[in-house]
Amino acid sequence: MKKLINDPQTVVAESVAGFGRAHADLVAVHSDPLFVTRVGGAVPGKVGLVSGGGSGHEPLHAGFVGMGMLDAAVPGPVFTSPTPDQIAPAIAAADAGAGVLAIVKNYTGDVLNFETAAELADAEGLRVRTVVVADDVAVEDSLYTAGRRGVAGTVAVEKIAGAAAERGDGLEQVAEVAERVIANVRSMGVALTACTVPHAGRPSFDLPEDEIEVGIGIHGEPGRRRVPMTSADEITAMLLDPVADDLGLAAGDQVLLLVNGMGGTPASELYVVYGRARRLLEERGVEVARSLVGNYVTSLEMQGASVTVLRLDEELAALWDAPVHTAALRW
Amino acid sequence: MTLDVSWAIAWVRGTAQTVAEHRDELVELDRQIGDGDHGENLTRGFTAVIQRLDALEEPPAEVGDVLKLVATTLMSTVGGAAGPLYGTAYLRAAKATGAPRLDSAGVVALLEGALEGIVVRGKSTTGEKTMVDAWSPAVEAAVLAADAGLDPAGVLAAAADAAERGAEATIPMVASKGRASYLGERSAGHRDPGAESSALVLRAAAWAAAEATA
Repeated sequence: MKKLINDPQTVVAESVAGFGRAHADLVAVHSDPLFVTRVGGAVPGKVGLVSGGGSGHEPLHAGFVGMGMLDAAVPGPVFTSPTPDQIAPAIAAADAGAGVLAIVKNYTGDVLNFETAAELADAEGLRVRTVVVADDVAVEDSLYTAGRRGVAGTVAVEKIAGAAAERGDGLEQVAEVAERVIANVRSMGVALTACTVPHAGRPSFDLPEDEIEVGIGIHGEPGRRRVPMTSADEITAMLLDPVADDLGLAAGDQVLLLVNGMGGTPASELYVVYGRARRLLEERGVEVARSLVGNYVTSLEMQGASVTVLRLDEELAALWDAPVHTAALRW
Repeated sequence: MTLDVSWAIAWVRGTAQTVAEHRDELVELDRQIGDGDHGENLTRGFTAVIQRLDALEEPPAEVGDVLKLVATTLMSTVGGAAGPLYGTAYLRAAKATGAPRLDSAGVVALLEGALEGIVVRGKSTTGEKTMVDAWSPAVEAAVLAADAGLDPAGVLAAAADAAERGAEATIPMVASKGRASYLGERSAGHRDPGAESSALVLRAAAWAAAEATA
């Protein structure tokens, strides 16, 4: 294992501290317990948005703290959800009297810890609504699993709900918009290599040079199946088709297409995937109205990518276009 | 014989030691079907438990006080699924121990409380390849042992044996809860790390009771 770290035990704290100093105009870092807030604190009258989860997915979530997106982010240890006594103060810090929306990815640990934190915040008299992102179509039969995982679609949920909060929507409306995004967003990912969690010291799974893992989540866990390595076009089809089918995309639909890198894949390859995914959508008569390509929800240094499609309506498109100013997303 | 607060402290110290000793094994089990953090998370949690225990000016008065300290520490230091699950287990176990000294029925009540906490928090049942598959047979064995007139050390030994068999029995199961569930059929053939750590926790309880009796 070769990594630019000092100590596996302190890598998250050191990373978040560095992030805070690099973006001191946008964020403030609270170290005990560890969480990140918008600089200047909660915006009076605005619904607060909080998200969080294990570290190792940067820029998710702290990279999306700022105007038009999150008010607070809670980083846990690498690939491990934060604890309720981290999350509850972050919820309190994001509250400006209008209530708080917690955006949680559907992983058992995240759901349990956010659930407990929301109960603690509720006991303090705060109004908290929670939405659970579950966009990963690789999880086929949710009857026999913990349900679909929340992966790169989280960026769209945070961006669009953040814009709704920024324009002054109330808590129920912001939650409704978030739920609408969740209902219309699907993703699927592939790994060409595993990643190495610092404290584990070895790759999270063993993958031969000529094989890939299809249907991965974002925690270095193996995917749903392993297939021989093949061309970018074929891999893109393996990701896009299940996403488009699950969404029931029809000719005339307008979508946002997000090609997300897992951390170790160059932008040039992500654009190859994007080009193919876009052609596949166009062949279905679907119009790609908005696009985003880059590393947004990563798994440490894993090579691979995920394809996310969000079916847009006019309001969702307008909220996506609304100004945003964070470390990782701004327009 | 009965078990008192010194047993509870010895149990917790023994758990911290055995979890640390098995850290890499738990990491490896979790690496196979999860994300490889279970051993690290539990070691971090129980290290914090020992630190808080050592920092107390006066030792806890009762078994329930020790279990409550474990519960709150795990909840605030472990994260992931293990933090809330073990935290709730120790919290419910603490609630179930009304008396300063536990007889065999008291030990059964403690274990039943822990199992109930895990089931409630994880919304899981047996056969789903989780901690429940170790705790549920452990409670059943404890009930039988207590009914047969065994002392608390005997009850805990029976529970630990059953938990180990339960952890073993998770190997062929296909997970339907927790992160391993995302692997579907591919989760079969691996021992569940949560069931394994549960067996370690119960073995530590049995060892501490055997020591207390000796």
